[in-house]
Amino acid sequence: MSTIPKSRLAALAVFLIVLALFPLGANGYILGVLTTAFYFAVFAMSWDLLFGYAGEVNFGPTFLIGLGAYGAGMSNALLGLPVPLAIVVGALAAVAGGVALAIPALRLSGPYLGLITLVSVLLLQQAIVIFAGVTGGEIGLSVPDVLSISSAANYEYALAFMLVSGLILFLISRSSLGMILQAAGQDQVAAAALGFNATRHKILAFAVSALFSGLAGAFLVFYLGTASVSAVVDISIGVRVIIAAVLGGRRTIIGGAIGSVFLIVAGELLRPIGQLSTFVVALIALVVIVLFPDGLLGLLPHRRGA
Amino acid sequence: MNTTTTPRLAVSGLHKRFGGLIAVKSLDFNLYPGEILGLIGPNGSGKSTVMQMIMGVVRPTAGQILLDGQDIAGRPTYDIARAGVGIVFQHSRPLRLQTVLENILLGLLPDSLSRLRPPPGAIETARRIGEECGLGEVLDRLPATLPFADLRRMELAKAIARNPSVVLIDEPFAGLTSAEVHDFSALIRRFRDQGRAVMLVDHNVKSIASLADRVLALYLGEKIAEGSSEQVMQDETVRRVYLGGGIETHERPEAEIAAHKVLLQAEDISVFYGKAQALENVSLTVHEGEFVSIVGLNGAGKTSLFNAISGLVPFRGAISWDGAKRAGESAAAIARAGIVQCPETRELFGRLSVAENLELAGQRLPPGERASRLDWLHELFPILRVRGTQESRTLSGGEQQMLAIARSLMLKPRLLILDEPTLGLAPVILGQLSEALSRLRETTDITVLLGEQNVTFALPHADRVYVIEHGRIIWNGTPTRFAAEAGTGYL
Repeated sequence: MSTIPKSRLAALAVFLIVLALFPLGANGYILGVLTTAFYFAVFAMSWDLLFGYAGEVNFGPTFLIGLGAYGAGMSNALLGLPVPLAIVVGALAAVAGGVALAIPALRLSGPYLGLITLVSVLLLQQAIVIFAGVTGGEIGLSVPDVLSISSAANYEYALAFMLVSGLILFLISRSSLGMILQAAGQDQVAAAALGFNATRHKILAFAVSALFSGLAGAFLVFYLGTASVSAVVDISIGVRVIIAAVLGGRRTIIGGAIGSVFLIVAGELLRPIGQLSTFVVALIALVVIVLFPDGLLGLLPHRRGA
Repeated sequence: MNTTTTPRLAVSGLHKRFGGLIAVKSLDFNLYPGEILGLIGPNGSGKSTVMQMIMGVVRPTAGQILLDGQDIAGRPTYDIARAGVGIVFQHSRPLRLQTVLENILLGLLPDSLSRLRPPPGAIETARRIGEECGLGEVLDRLPATLPFADLRRMELAKAIARNPSVVLIDEPFAGLTSAEVHDFSALIRRFRDQGRAVMLVDHNVKSIASLADRVLALYLGEKIAEGSSEQVMQDETVRRVYLGGGIETHERPEAEIAAHKVLLQAEDISVFYGKAQALENVSLTVHEGEFVSIVGLNGAGKTSLFNAISGLVPFRGAISWDGAKRAGESAAAIARAGIVQCPETRELFGRLSVAENLELAGQRLPPGERASRLDWLHELFPILRVRGTQESRTLSGGEQQMLAIARSLMLKPRLLILDEPTLGLAPVILGQLSEALSRLRETTDITVLLGEQNVTFALPHADRVYVIEHGRIIWNGTPTRFAAEAGTGYL
């Protein structure tokens, strides 16, 4: 609803062109790191829509991501569905999971809902291990098809996917719908008193968040060539998604993308120090979150509301 | 005022029970288009529950709420809002990333999952409503940068955005200065002149007397009076509820009090919560051994004053304790120096037994003294001995209050602050509590500062009374002079 200044739009366009032309200059390793970061960015942005806007505490983003990843991976590996169709199946599985998660969310809130979302991740993880015959269990599930074997092509796919998802999520957040979501997230009674059926809006927020989480999970599987618990379901992955979103700046959507790229690139840059790298990145994230609760985007001088 | 006799809102047999408590008892009333109705009642009278039932936030146990002939009782809030009822809550949480204009626009958006843009003309409408409500200058600012009164205006603007035929306003003037009260009254009158039915909910008649065309007084869930502001203020039952009938006072002679040294002196205390001013230059003196009551309605600033004295909230002004000016001591240090506050929320350890709650409070006393003090407390409140092993959360409200007071006394206060001990208690319990206070006053030389909205409870024990209203002390004197000099102002 707000207008963005022209100068900023121009800067954004230049930045995007540079990003798109990256494969011309960068090697496969760097492209690989960024490809992962871009999918991660969609995880974080989807989470921000649900938590930052609708106010629903979701401590288990990997429940939705995992459903998308495994839904897509299994329909490709077991049913032989082509990649695009498999991705659609994964996304649908995630949306179903998101709506299912919305049911407890309508009765519970805050930490209690957070606990349920955490448990949902554990349940999914257990289910994958128990049904190892079809899911690949702890070893992971190899998928026969991949998006591409070219790292440049994979990079462009991920970039395009992130930009489209980000744009849609951003537009929703700034639309009438986004405003209603924020109102309902802050005070459900007050939102209802303005005539909004907050329940319907919240279910939609769960569904949209799940859709993009699931799509990103599905794409990631066909980039990596495997679906594994450690890559798309583990609680620690979910924690990193949340850290990325908060680090970049809550209630901004774009912050999720910035935080994700920052986290993953910083992790790679610090790889030479070995095990310590995770520790250092976590420490940096902690410091930023404590000192700047509005995240990295909050540091920008002209941000509205700062 | 109302040219038509068809009520816009017709409430009949409205009843609400929360567990064993009857909050609203088969209430009937009408609200006509083009009138301002004041719904008043002390704390716990059920007025908020009535408002919440009309808005659908609370589901009635029984009864009808007809809006233009259609029963809206028990329907979901969003449905009632769309049917034409708007509400201004006392507390608001505006969208903080959106401008004032966008916040008003929120009230104009359709409840649709697929519409991503506001309907055509909505922005202009929002602008017009904002200007009508006196927000023309600040439409493009963020709510966080607005003064408190403008935030309230914004809530009014949001509430009328959907052009409701009924507007409910909870405590319209809470936290506003007198000049702002004047502006707001004009605004609310305009809502009425536009043909809306307006219902104001407040604690007393006085605050809304000049605005309301008709007033309805509630007490313990029942209608006790209805009529013009003057009629309700003259009503015997209302006077008894608010002022207490034939209160026996026991004040000690002023000269005797003045002979004691000053224990607590507060000068020009002001307290702000964000932008809302809760206390404005309040000064207060308490002598050693004196029983001082602070009488004021809910939201008048009693708790803020006590919290300032206890060092729990930041304030402007000076406080002297026992002859020495206080300089930034922590709340814990203030409590150790002898100021013990018994908060209105009681704050008992619910899962600990009565005896454990008392023991915990006596931790700092030597064992011998602890035992003798406990015996004394058991004499003062015999029921606590009987209930000794019971979990404190299973006690009745009155017993819990006695335990809270006993626990405070266990800390050997030099000044005991009692904040609304009667809150939510049944009248029969008040008697027992009142007796305990009498015994306390007669058998010890304790200094007490009592905050109450229940005058019947506050006056009998007091040596001196302060009346607080809208964060200011508006009267002080002896309890015998209260009814004559301050009574009307308190209705």
